[in-house]
Amino acid sequence: IMSIFGEVPLAAPVAVFKLTADFREDQNPSKVNLGVGAYRTDEGQPWVLPVVRKVEKMIADDHSLNHEYLPILGLPEFRSSASQIALGEDSPAIKDNRVGAVQCLGGTGALKIGAEFLRRWYNGTDNTKTPIYVSAPTWENHNAVFSNAGFEDIRPYKYWDAGKRGLDLEGFLSDLESAPDHSIFVLHACAHNPTGTDPTQDQWKQISDVMKRKSLFAFFDSAYQGFASGNLDKDAWAVRYFVSQGFELFCAQSFSKNFGLYNERVGNLTVVAKDQDNLNRVLSQMEKIVRITWSNPPSQGARLVAITLNTPELFAEWKDNVKTMADRVLLMRAQLKEKLKALGTPGTWEHITEQIGMFSFTGLNPKQVEYLVKEKHIYLMASGRINMCGLTTKNIDYVAESIHEAVTTV
Amino acid sequence: MNSEFRERQPIGVKNLSKHGHTTWLPPVRKIKQQISTDPTLTPEYTHILGIPEFTRRATQLALGKDSPAIVESRVFGIQTVGCTGAVRLGAELLRSCYCSSSSWTHVFISLSFLEDSLAGTFKAAGIEDVQYYRYWDAESNGVCVENMLYDLENAPEQCVVVLFASGHRPTGAELSQEDWKRVAEVMKRQLFAFFLMSAQGLCSGSLEQDAWPVRHCVSLGLELLCAQSFSHNFGLYGERVGHLLCVLKQNLLAVQSQAEKLVQTLWSCPPMEGARVVATVLSNPAHLESVKAIAERCMLIRERLRERLRLLGGPWQWDHIIKPGGLYCCFGLNTQQVDFLVQKKHIYLLPNGCLNVSAINSRNLDYVAESIHQALSSKR
Repeated sequence: IMSIFGEVPLAAPVAVFKLTADFREDQNPSKVNLGVGAYRTDEGQPWVLPVVRKVEKMIADDHSLNHEYLPILGLPEFRSSASQIALGEDSPAIKDNRVGAVQCLGGTGALKIGAEFLRRWYNGTDNTKTPIYVSAPTWENHNAVFSNAGFEDIRPYKYWDAGKRGLDLEGFLSDLESAPDHSIFVLHACAHNPTGTDPTQDQWKQISDVMKRKSLFAFFDSAYQGFASGNLDKDAWAVRYFVSQGFELFCAQSFSKNFGLYNERVGNLTVVAKDQDNLNRVLSQMEKIVRITWSNPPSQGARLVAITLNTPELFAEWKDNVKTMADRVLLMRAQLKEKLKALGTPGTWEHITEQIGMFSFTGLNPKQVEYLVKEKHIYLMASGRINMCGLTTKNIDYVAESIHEAVTTV
Repeated sequence: MNSEFRERQPIGVKNLSKHGHTTWLPPVRKIKQQISTDPTLTPEYTHILGIPEFTRRATQLALGKDSPAIVESRVFGIQTVGCTGAVRLGAELLRSCYCSSSSWTHVFISLSFLEDSLAGTFKAAGIEDVQYYRYWDAESNGVCVENMLYDLENAPEQCVVVLFASGHRPTGAELSQEDWKRVAEVMKRQLFAFFLMSAQGLCSGSLEQDAWPVRHCVSLGLELLCAQSFSHNFGLYGERVGHLLCVLKQNLLAVQSQAEKLVQTLWSCPPMEGARVVATVLSNPAHLESVKAIAERCMLIRERLRERLRLLGGPWQWDHIIKPGGLYCCFGLNTQQVDFLVQKKHIYLLPNGCLNVSAINSRNLDYVAESIHQALSSKR
């Protein structure tokens, strides 16, 4: 008898995970993984932040902690301290009691709850036709999250200018102008994935002006706060600017990268509303959505982050750990650029140090990428995106030389 | 009135120790400490479908190591965010994959007076049409199998039926193995089973017995989904450890790949800590003995409650309290009676007088029994 699932087609594997799987199988001793977005030390190892080790042990030894279900919206002290990280401790919006949050399963979970809410309650009720705009290119999962939440119309907005290897501001602004009013725009708060190219403050102001005028909804995705420049406040400038301009907005925060808590799924959906009454009604509906998605969120990661953010010495230690990671990335950027210039590799390489965060859009074409993967065992995304964290003092010469070969011979 | 009982008496949902607190299995604390100091554990993202060691063990726990489905590689498991996450993911999987050529749309859930989050979960996944089959019978204070079978036999073809393998929420009322055989025969003809197994081992004290309905259906060659929770039997509520088991006839890799896509839109990959604890416990048979102790405690409370109620007199029968095992028990109270218990006696229980027996202990047993007696006598 046939299986009832007999006609299900095989889905394509997620590109970035396939890349890592191929890397793992590769036996070549010179192999380098510049694919998946996770931090690595100079020894090429994952890094448990020292402050995280400390707090983990504190939690495990604390016999007074209960192991009950968290509230549906999550651990209260996590939610408020996480929102404060995004908006600043002196945020007027927080003082006005119009900021709330939902603890979610990583950044993905925060996007999910936000998307599900917007589909049900934004721009009418159950309006699945509201256009969702995501940057071209963007994190490949954005599309799927909004589409699965029921939105039917997901469109790209111009972002990356391959010719000049930078932001296509004109195209971006033009897409904002031509978007139907009330459309939803997914904005990267900082360290754009995959291009590493962020608007300047002045450019953000221009973007904000159009969005305000056309009542476009700002849905920020903030996965790299602190990681981009090494400074939390600097990395949060865009979100805070929009709040100061009176926007009601969502900000999906991830603590995977800046806390190195990838597998504990620590995320926060910060909600900024016009006033407390509106906020409460929004949160009440989000609670209903959480209930039928995962009921209530996992405790471990949120507890860890909350303790860290709310304890001054631990908070200082965390900021220090974050700076350590950001500084190493900045060092690798500087060194890679220097080596390419020293080799005389054709083209300009300024974008390597102009771009920010974990990723660099190298500008290598698919053939050059294939050469690097197949011939040099250097694994990077077909788009030419590399994870700077994959570079170490030991492999950077090999990588620079290989890029030189790819550019000059392919 | 003893002022101690002025406080809330929560008799709702969680498994509580004799002191009224949620409690871990004894080995859990040690394992958590080990995890926190283990230098070999990395913080990397888990696999989309979860920790392989966990899904392997959870699958074995549900089906038994020698299950034909496991031997024939016809089963895969997905680590989920609690049982709710497993149900949501299973619902999404059904919506996107089930019988693509048919016009199936229905899901059947046991008629229940619990808040409708189960129905809500299916609807959120895009399955709008949720219908109900009869289950709890107020007359007999138990399951009326004939009603249930009638409704299932008359269900639309290829309907998905949600079944509680053991530990029915919220009534605690169970089917016998003979009843299950009859249900399975009906399922075999035209229906798809989506099992919920939220407290394996806690109901009868036997892991195997509590999973029997699932294993029986697998032995008949049925395809099915099973959502498992490790909240109650491990006391890991806040950690959100769940598992979705998928038993198929064929095309495993394709269905697995679709499940991966769906997970990506929900939570990308599941949280590590709780699942690692469970995997460690499941790999050591000695640890599982402590689950039995919880089940025994529940049975003891049931017997004591029945005794108290019997001594208080009245025309009512109480055998249905000890018939099932596990956490839940149902008294079939009406709204006024439940209100009375909540407002006047500060006893917080689920609708229709369903309650979690583990919340009853030596300190509150008399008070609870007397209050139930009062509710039944004065407000009929």
